[in-house]
Amino acid sequence: MSDTTSARDGVSVQVRGLRKYFHGQAVLQGVDLDVSPGEIFVIMGPSGSGKTVLLKHIIGLEMPDAGAISIDGQSIDGPGFMAKYRVAMVFQSGALLNSLTVGENVGLYLSEHRIKPEKEIARIVAEKLELVGLKGLEMRLPSELSGGMKKRVAIARALAIEPQLILYDEPTSELDPLMAVTIAEEILKLKQRIHVTSIVVSHDRDLAFGVADRIAIIHEGKILAVGSPEEIKANPEPIIQQFLTVEFKKQKFIL
Amino acid sequence: MFQNIGEMMILSWRTLLLLPQTFRQRRKVFDQLFEIGNTSLLMTCILSLFIGGVIALQSGPVLSERGLSSYIGGLVGLSICKELAPVMMSVLIAGRIGSAMSAEIGSMRVYQEIDALRTMNIDPIQYLVLPRLVAISFALPLLVIFSILVGWLGGAIVSMINHQIAVPFQAYFSNLREMVEVNDVVNGLIKSLFFAVIIGVVSCHQGLKTIGGPRGIGRSVTKAVVNSIVMILILDYFLTAFLLYFDK
Repeated sequence: MSDTTSARDGVSVQVRGLRKYFHGQAVLQGVDLDVSPGEIFVIMGPSGSGKTVLLKHIIGLEMPDAGAISIDGQSIDGPGFMAKYRVAMVFQSGALLNSLTVGENVGLYLSEHRIKPEKEIARIVAEKLELVGLKGLEMRLPSELSGGMKKRVAIARALAIEPQLILYDEPTSELDPLMAVTIAEEILKLKQRIHVTSIVVSHDRDLAFGVADRIAIIHEGKILAVGSPEEIKANPEPIIQQFLTVEFKKQKFIL
Repeated sequence: MFQNIGEMMILSWRTLLLLPQTFRQRRKVFDQLFEIGNTSLLMTCILSLFIGGVIALQSGPVLSERGLSSYIGGLVGLSICKELAPVMMSVLIAGRIGSAMSAEIGSMRVYQEIDALRTMNIDPIQYLVLPRLVAISFALPLLVIFSILVGWLGGAIVSMINHQIAVPFQAYFSNLREMVEVNDVVNGLIKSLFFAVIIGVVSCHQGLKTIGGPRGIGRSVTKAVVNSIVMILILDYFLTAFLLYFDK
């Protein structure tokens, strides 16, 4: 791992004209975004709007059909990009390695890249697990955990990387409200502590408006609006207002 | 088909380039070696014992009728070490270990574990394919040596207890020593090494390109086993021809 860029600095992200088609169907239709270093940028939108696909492009898991993504001005396709920047992603499903214990999962990045000695890795693993409320579960297997616990382990694994850019895919789904608040607080603390840049994909309006510096609304593969939480709330676009204000009304179903 | 062959060649090449990293992955290599040995040794023993036995049972009476029963040791010995042990063991390992490899890697692909590795800048080929390929390349020739020895023993037992053959242990092994050369055993081991690489590459390749959930995993496992066996049998012919040319 190169030390050319400090692990304590957040990075900027630029997305330009991003287009992606799956089986001829447009999933992303010319997405342009700029995320500043150390910013918490939330991408909101209905299911199937292309949020997760966009996130996968930013971390290089999907190749765009057109457009470009760069981090700190450097294309993510460039040689040695992943070795230069510490980027972490918290998958919606957790994506823990089922054959490894919780502790091995959390310390995987550090042990595989031989960044720290084993004792130090064990200390970091214990610290990160305690941070997400899973103290002492190092020896458990992922199959022994609930969905919410898996998500928290995935967050601990991302934190252990001490990333410059962290991508969250629905970080509070499957979590109870208390743990959702803990995760939101952790996203904010990370920003204060290591000035990490965070891109959060979420349906959770409380999380989005609680943590975001800026919010982008995506609909059918297009960015409808980008702005501060107040600007987004004030945006008169009917699709945005519907998405932000819709609530389940039991009375409608009572005959 | 050509795309698959191309992808497998690229996977083999990339794994070959990563061979110097094997020491760093030694724990995973030992885990895989244990897995292969633990799940296959008993089966190898049973299969080889009966293969040796059945060859003796089929050919022994025919040889006896022509007064050639003293050649039974050499016949069983050569059949086992040059052809049956490497091919049968490879087919067995393709079924038992190749299927497990493609299922495990396929499941990791479907459940985004491989994506997670890539986001951590961990090369899935180094982390998943290299240890498996190295382990199977060691394990299969070892299993073949074991299979050869047990197969010879199976032939000897049947030759002794079958009243139509009735060749004692000592005479059986004396003829076997006379007819089977070290080169014959080495030929079998060379074959098994090639077959091991085929099983490893085909199974890991199928696992890595798995899509579509549990049904996709099942499809990958089937393809891994069937393609491995077909490729083993085709390669067996060409390897045999090649090795015979050098035996002359």
